[in-house]
Amino acid sequence: MAKTVVLQRKPLSLSERTYLPQIVTGLKTTFSNMFKEKVTLQYPEEKPNIPKNYRGVPTLVKDPNGREKCVSCQLCEFVCPPKAIRITPGSVPEDEVDREHVEKATQEFEINMLRCIYCGYCQEVCPEEAIFLQDEYSSSGYTREEMINNKEKLYELGGTLPDQHYKWDKKKVAEGEGNAH
Amino acid sequence: MFDVELLLMIGLKVLFALLMIGAVMTMAGYSVLAERKVSAWMQGRVGPNRTVLPLVGSLPFVGRFLKGLGIFQPLADGLKFLFKEEMIPGHVNKFYYNLAPIVALVPALTTMTVLPFGEFFTENGESIPLMLANLEVGILFVLAVSSLGVYGIVLAGWSSNSKYPFLGGIRSSAQMISYELAMGLSLLPVFLWVSEPGTGAMGLSLVDIVNSQSQNAWLLLVQPLSALIFLIALFAETNRLPFDMPESETDLVGGFHTEYGGFKFGIFFVAEYAHIVVGSAIFTIVFLGGWHFLPWMADPWPATWIGSLIGVGWFLAKTIFLIFFFIWVRWTLPRFRYDQVMNLGWTKLLPLALLNLIFYVLLVTWLDQPPA
Ligand code: SF4
Ligand code: SF4
Repeated sequence: MAKTVVLQRKPLSLSERTYLPQIVTGLKTTFSNMFKEKVTLQYPEEKPNIPKNYRGVPTLVKDPNGREKCVSCQLCEFVCPPKAIRITPGSVPEDEVDREHVEKATQEFEINMLRCIYCGYCQEVCPEEAIFLQDEYSSSGYTREEMINNKEKLYELGGTLPDQHYKWDKKKVAEGEGNAH
Repeated sequence: MFDVELLLMIGLKVLFALLMIGAVMTMAGYSVLAERKVSAWMQGRVGPNRTVLPLVGSLPFVGRFLKGLGIFQPLADGLKFLFKEEMIPGHVNKFYYNLAPIVALVPALTTMTVLPFGEFFTENGESIPLMLANLEVGILFVLAVSSLGVYGIVLAGWSSNSKYPFLGGIRSSAQMISYELAMGLSLLPVFLWVSEPGTGAMGLSLVDIVNSQSQNAWLLLVQPLSALIFLIALFAETNRLPFDMPESETDLVGGFHTEYGGFKFGIFFVAEYAHIVVGSAIFTIVFLGGWHFLPWMADPWPATWIGSLIGVGWFLAKTIFLIFFFIWVRWTLPRFRYDQVMNLGWTKLLPLALLNLIFYVLLVTWLDQPPA
């Protein structure tokens, strides 16, 4: 059983009742604080450290061969809670030989950054690992139109990320050997 | 027709007065900056360090240093206040609403006319105090005029016709009345002490009180209790934390100046800091030996114009330290509750000041007994 302890409060001594010694202690504390290191980050000149797994602006990435990975499956468009993504599907251009076996590609891919809530669902749902929320944290513009990132901008922001699977290469090889799927 | 001498004298006085206003206002402006900087440092921040003037900023090393110190910030702040739209809310009493900032600023600027801030040596070694008007009743004048400042706050609170300013105004008048008494009573023993027969100093002159401390103990050391009471009352009179009842941002929005904006708010702001500057100067004069060097020491500087310059500098240094002390206390202590303020004023400070006065009356009487 818990025991109740009644705290004995000592009556304050005279010096304590003047508050003055306590005030002096407080003054000492604030004074020594003046010479401590400052914690301010001088923002535009100094950038904050972005930790790994930071969820910044969503971007589209290419694989190390420079091919667009997105296959326009539109899962991200579907899953996006605030409906920030709009995809116009298209076909893979004829001249891209090593991607011709992929059925679809995007004609246009827009993410409206005024709607995006940086939830990361699009990155999670993407079967192609084509969309990533990377370390870009400051997006600004003068008009609403500027805040809509189009395909070109998205690939520019995304750049190239290492690929663990080369899914489509494997598929092509398997097809060649006659055991697709 | 015209008395040239007289005109010249009036001209000179006006010039001096303008210089003095310039000096005090600059100090008030820079105390605002000091407040921001010191509070920032105490909280581990950097404070204003972005404002810069085009030409000065591009100086190689000095420019960056000054920018980092935020030296140009008061200029920018002042300009901002000047160019802001003057809003007058529809529900205020226009006449008193406009009058209030002026009433707040004028006493602060008036008290500085009787503040001595140094001495000037004539060719035959006499010293003339540097001040605008050498009043015999200096301290009385200061006390009388500076307590007028509360009218600005009360007027602002009342004419704003809204709850928060009203509460601020009421609090401030109650506070001023309670601490004025203790303040006056804490100063009496000081003047009793100084004007004991034989020291040559008589009356309530601020110059005499400074000179009585030259090569002698500072009155802070002779009468620590009076100094303490005076200092506490000074904090209350200047509405500084822990006694910033009229403003108390956390419970009264902005207190008495909630309905003010633009330049009128700026005037209140400057008036507050001008009060602090003047208050620090008075404390320096009465308790810290004014422009004289350390206690029990003769001034080490020569009795020439260089000496008087150093003296003025020394006086300013003490004053600036006190201003820093005001800021320092503000960022250390929390605010008293309203009833605690009243309690402290009436039941602690006032009896203490009375006892202090009686004690020194008896002591001085005993000391001044003619040798039997
Ligand atoms: S991060 Fe979330 S809100 Fe933003 S585009 Fe992706 S799914 Fe939509
Ligand atoms: S980014 Fe991924 S989920 Fe979105 S359409 Fe392209 S492949 Fe599908």
